[in-house]
Amino acid sequence: MHASVRPAVSVNITPTQTGPTARETAAALPMRMTISKVNFFYGPKQTLFDINLGIATNKITALIGPSGCGKSTLLRTLNRMHETVRNARLQGEIQLDGQNILAQDVTQLRRRVGMVFQRPNPFPKSIFDNVAYGLRINGSKDPIGESVEKSLRHAALWDEVKDHLHKSAYELSGGQQQRLCIARALAVEPEVLLLDEPCSALDPISTAKIEELLVQLKDLCTIVTVTHNMQQAARISDFTAFLLIGQMIEFSSTPLLFTTPGDPRTEAYITGRFG
Amino acid sequence: MNTRLRWRKVVSGFMLTMTGVCAVVAVSVLFFILGYLVYHGGKSISWNFFTKLPAPVGETGGGMSNAIVGSAKLLLLATVIGVPIGFFGAIYLAEFSQSTIAFVVRYAADLLNGVPSIVIGIFAYTLMVLPFKHFSTLAGGFALGLMMIPITLRSTEEFLLGVPRSLREGAMALGASRWKTIATVVVPAAYRGILTAVLLAFARVAGETAPLLFTALGNRFWSPGWNQPTASLPVMIYDYARAPYEDWHRQAWAGGLVLLGLILVINIVARAVLARGIAVPRS
Repeated sequence: MHASVRPAVSVNITPTQTGPTARETAAALPMRMTISKVNFFYGPKQTLFDINLGIATNKITALIGPSGCGKSTLLRTLNRMHETVRNARLQGEIQLDGQNILAQDVTQLRRRVGMVFQRPNPFPKSIFDNVAYGLRINGSKDPIGESVEKSLRHAALWDEVKDHLHKSAYELSGGQQQRLCIARALAVEPEVLLLDEPCSALDPISTAKIEELLVQLKDLCTIVTVTHNMQQAARISDFTAFLLIGQMIEFSSTPLLFTTPGDPRTEAYITGRFG
Repeated sequence: MNTRLRWRKVVSGFMLTMTGVCAVVAVSVLFFILGYLVYHGGKSISWNFFTKLPAPVGETGGGMSNAIVGSAKLLLLATVIGVPIGFFGAIYLAEFSQSTIAFVVRYAADLLNGVPSIVIGIFAYTLMVLPFKHFSTLAGGFALGLMMIPITLRSTEEFLLGVPRSLREGAMALGASRWKTIATVVVPAAYRGILTAVLLAFARVAGETAPLLFTALGNRFWSPGWNQPTASLPVMIYDYARAPYEDWHRQAWAGGLVLLGLILVINIVARAVLARGIAVPRS
């Protein structure tokens, strides 16, 4: 059985049974993105099977599952980064604000759907130029200095770097570099921010900072994060989707999924019996 | 057991000495050449060498000012021809081409790199000298430029491929097009390596004599414009070194020293430029 739920939560619960978040069924929420009947292939090999998912506006949606389950692949279809790989093929429809993203200009789409990667990947430029990069290539007319400061503040990095904005980005620590990459993504004011295991290369203190940051960023944009760390998903996300070998097993509000999983495989995974 | 251990120590010591000696020999060859050149060239070099034309046969003195300028013009032309073709070809190879095309181009470039320089000279002679019925700076620069293409192409490609994929993805995820990603992230990340490659190519052709014998020929006077035979340092050194005059031998040494100095200065300037940018750390 796979509960391909769109939009979300079909598990029977009475409204008083759990906390307020669980009662917030995604159906009642505005959707920033919807994924319908998505199948994905690398050459002849299918890696995603009939995925349906709604991404609620200004919420954090976490994608969890064991390695190779397709969670990163699914994330990368949301800003069409999968197109940088040869032989990758996508079927189905993905909408952003009601419009099919596959029919849009890809550079425009990626401006609206930003991405932060597994390992910090600052450009070989100064801290300032890294954050300004997206603004410059998009020919922004705003004063760049202000936007850079604003983005660095949003990424909780401003106080640490304000006195050496023109130093190399590589002089920052790993955690700072990752926050710089978040600031870089925020600078173009995306509607959706995708994060592909953003903390997997970081130490616990840097991880905590980034988690805290993501929760604050909810007001600014919609967040989708991939993580192999279940505690992290439980701590920060509003909704969680559990994927297994390319199939979406379960999707519901985070407290619900972690307290009363609707599928035995979900339960097996979150209790650490595999993965 | 004890003898075994002793034997192992002997072998280890022997190998260590061997590798050390080889390293010293490799370096000392360079320093020997340098020292010899500085010793002989330094004795004969003078202000006249840089400012005067070659003296008529039988007279002593004179200089190689025309050859210095001629070499500079030839190398400029070679760089203008060879570097853009190699550079943009490498971008196509590294970023756009399919594997079959890339394989063919790479293989061809490697073969071109292995073609003896004298053959390149003959080729340029047929193409640039015979139709116009005279030797020229243009033909010489063309021949040297041909030699720069494969070196620039192959090393630039290597450095472009060495730029981590994560940087490209980072740029594209911000809405940069393929070309913008290459121009604003990939090439800047690889430019140190690319510049080093161009310098190597430059230094390699700066001393080439054979391709110039058929193309630029040589000249004992100034060569105005680009359309006449021109003197160049390597050909001048070649001519002077086999001449029967003691004075000419001294001038040949001085020419060698100047050629080496020229390459050294360009190298140092380029390194100084390189030291200023931000390098991608090795991970």
